[in-house]
Amino acid sequence: MTLRVLAIDDSFTMRELLRHVLTEAGFEVAIAEDGVHAIECLPDAKPDVIVTDLNMPRMDGFGVIEAVRGGEHSSRAPILVLTTESAEPLKQRARAAGATGWIVKPFNETSLVAAIRRVAAW
Amino acid sequence: MSSIDLKDVFFVECEDLLVAMDEGLRELEAGSTDPETVNAVFRAVHSIKGGAGAFALADLVNFAHKFETVLDDVRASRIETNPTLFGAFLVAGDHLADLVAAARDGVQTDPSASEKAIAALNMAGGQDDAPADSVEISAPVFAPLALDLDLPLPVTGPEGRNFRIALKPKDSAINAGHDAALLLQQLAELGTLSTTIDASALPDATAFDPNKSYLGWTADLLTEHSLAEIEEVFDFAKDDCELDISEIEAPVPDLPPLPDLVEPQDTAENVIAEVSELAPQPVKAEAAKSKSGSTAAPRQTIRVDIERVDRLVDVVGELVIHQAMLSEAIEQSGLRIEAEVERGLDQLRQLSRQIQESVMSIRAQPVKPLFDRMHRIVREASAAANKTARLITEGEMTEVDKTIIERLADPLTHMIRNAVDHGLEKMEKRLESGKSEEGVVTLSAAHRSGRVLITLSDDGGGIDRDRVKQVAISKGLIPASADLTPSEIDNLLFLPGFSTASEVSNLSGRGVGMDVVKSEIAGLGGRVSIASVRGEGTTLTISLPLTLAVLDGMVVEVSGQLLVLPVSSIIETLRPEAEAKHSIGTGDTVLDVRGTFVPLIDVGTRLGFREVTASDCGSIVVLVERDDDDCLALMVDGIRDQRQVVIKGLEGNYGHIPGIAAATVLGDGSVALILDPSDLANPSSSQRSALQPVAAE
Repeated sequence: MTLRVLAIDDSFTMRELLRHVLTEAGFEVAIAEDGVHAIECLPDAKPDVIVTDLNMPRMDGFGVIEAVRGGEHSSRAPILVLTTESAEPLKQRARAAGATGWIVKPFNETSLVAAIRRVAAW
Repeated sequence: MSSIDLKDVFFVECEDLLVAMDEGLRELEAGSTDPETVNAVFRAVHSIKGGAGAFALADLVNFAHKFETVLDDVRASRIETNPTLFGAFLVAGDHLADLVAAARDGVQTDPSASEKAIAALNMAGGQDDAPADSVEISAPVFAPLALDLDLPLPVTGPEGRNFRIALKPKDSAINAGHDAALLLQQLAELGTLSTTIDASALPDATAFDPNKSYLGWTADLLTEHSLAEIEEVFDFAKDDCELDISEIEAPVPDLPPLPDLVEPQDTAENVIAEVSELAPQPVKAEAAKSKSGSTAAPRQTIRVDIERVDRLVDVVGELVIHQAMLSEAIEQSGLRIEAEVERGLDQLRQLSRQIQESVMSIRAQPVKPLFDRMHRIVREASAAANKTARLITEGEMTEVDKTIIERLADPLTHMIRNAVDHGLEKMEKRLESGKSEEGVVTLSAAHRSGRVLITLSDDGGGIDRDRVKQVAISKGLIPASADLTPSEIDNLLFLPGFSTASEVSNLSGRGVGMDVVKSEIAGLGGRVSIASVRGEGTTLTISLPLTLAVLDGMVVEVSGQLLVLPVSSIIETLRPEAEAKHSIGTGDTVLDVRGTFVPLIDVGTRLGFREVTASDCGSIVVLVERDDDDCLALMVDGIRDQRQVVIKGLEGNYGHIPGIAAATVLGDGSVALILDPSDLANPSSSQRSALQPVAAE
């Protein structure tokens, strides 16, 4: 079975980069361009792992984490935050909301894929 | 897709982001208090920083980071906003755009420009240039491809405890129906689980006994649940397993991924759904790699290298020509045209047209990005000229061929600089004449009978015709005795070597005059016209074809030559009575069209094909519309047919030929000129004009 990954980023470049890297890694990739879109995608995408940016229009990464953990389609899928931010308070906030891991951009492709595999315990 | 391709994608995205940023900054400057505006600017800068980081563009990352920090302070209301700050934002935005361009072109940038922009930001934000911040910028966090993989999260506070669970099912577990994968899955539901498998006891296939248990697992669990709750998972299985659960202090070690042998952690619902969809195989060799891409993409768009589209346009142009050649060859072969051949030809013609239209629609782009860039030009031009000016844009969603948009940037930039520099009066003068201190430059785009009209108007003082005429005379561009209409005087501005600015300006006076603008626009198959009202302002109108590739043309015959008229400009064709033509004093003729007098031009004499107008009888008149809405009657000898023609530019070889827009290749391989009706009517295209310094005919 293929691991399904939902990647959320408002930057077109990042989305294309993630789509490329994750598809190459053999994942089934769903892409969303912001939090609201991601939550819409959730029932169809049924992700095993969610990778989300923090700063996004409409709904940011924290919103995504909260919605995934608490919403109608609540899921325990691991959530990796992929962001340029590295401030400890933000990390704590993400963790409290239910994030699984934190990866600082720019990311190393191999490590990202490894991290996704690891949190998915595939 | 290689990373090179992605880098291109990044720079394309940067264009969009810079536009979004610039828009937001202008809204802020205009007094927007909507928090979403600052957010949008922040996100744009942030995305640029993020992408730049991925491609190790250090200068860009550093500056974007600093800019973003100040924006974040504004966002969080940590610093007060003020007009100086917004000004600094605009400067910073412009500098960011420069850095993006430099990164794209692989050019080094002057670090002092970044420092200056940062200093302005800090000063306006009421902050010291905190050295701590600059240290942070160069910290390895933003170093190329640095990885700060903070995973699993360090265990702090009451949020979770780490347990290590060693699980080794006994042989009896298989009989009891225990599935290690399910146990691990239940563990995973308690928290974050990472698992390694010990397959060292696994014999080779020949010795494999399906009734024996060979595998063992070590699972690290980060959970908020208690030890008792973990033990509960193994309640039914513990007799059939070797089980050891211990709490560990250190964060879970970075374990290598073992993708093959463990069921995914997932929610119960998802797993149930999977079970019903695909019979699960808990222990399974590597799953077949799925090629499937995204399952939920937003608006499906692709970005394509423009060169590929251009190639397509070229090929379609050839296709249109060859389709015409084929039709003509069949016609001339004298073969009896069978119904099927004709149907086939007809279909080919329709298909070629559809292909051509589809390709053109790919190339059509809204002028918005181009217009948005002009805000910066107005900003810089007004600052340099010590004036205040505002740019209003209208009809930004008007779509034009991408090539035209690109090649319009330079002339438009120059025209806008001119409008601010020469068009708008100095502040004191504006106040004197009862205008507001802030000059307004309006840029608008609209579609008009198969062409695109771009107008640039200012609310300045208008053209000082007396002075323009004087200058033209003093520069020997026109004879002192010339008797010119106001519109002719306005058009003097387009003559080479004309410049009225009494003091050399460092803005528009860059050695480029309006003549260059005019020839650049002409190179696009377009025209510029100028209109001005003293005291109220000046309007420049650019009229452009929708596409540079193909047009619907009416093939007409004049003095044995075949010429093409753009169908979009034709109102009607008529065969007038001799008495409908009236000669007026200057040798010009007008035609009475149902009570309206329209200037009548004999195309043959105007283009120099013949000396005198051919006998009136048999002449056919094509009534065409000009850009300024006026009509013009063109006398031709005959109408051949109507067809699509591929536009081939002449400017490159012959310069601008008055009255001629371009040329095309007809079905039989001969060349026909494409007429420019509006230009035909211009006095400058007649040989007798005093305004045409270069004999072009």
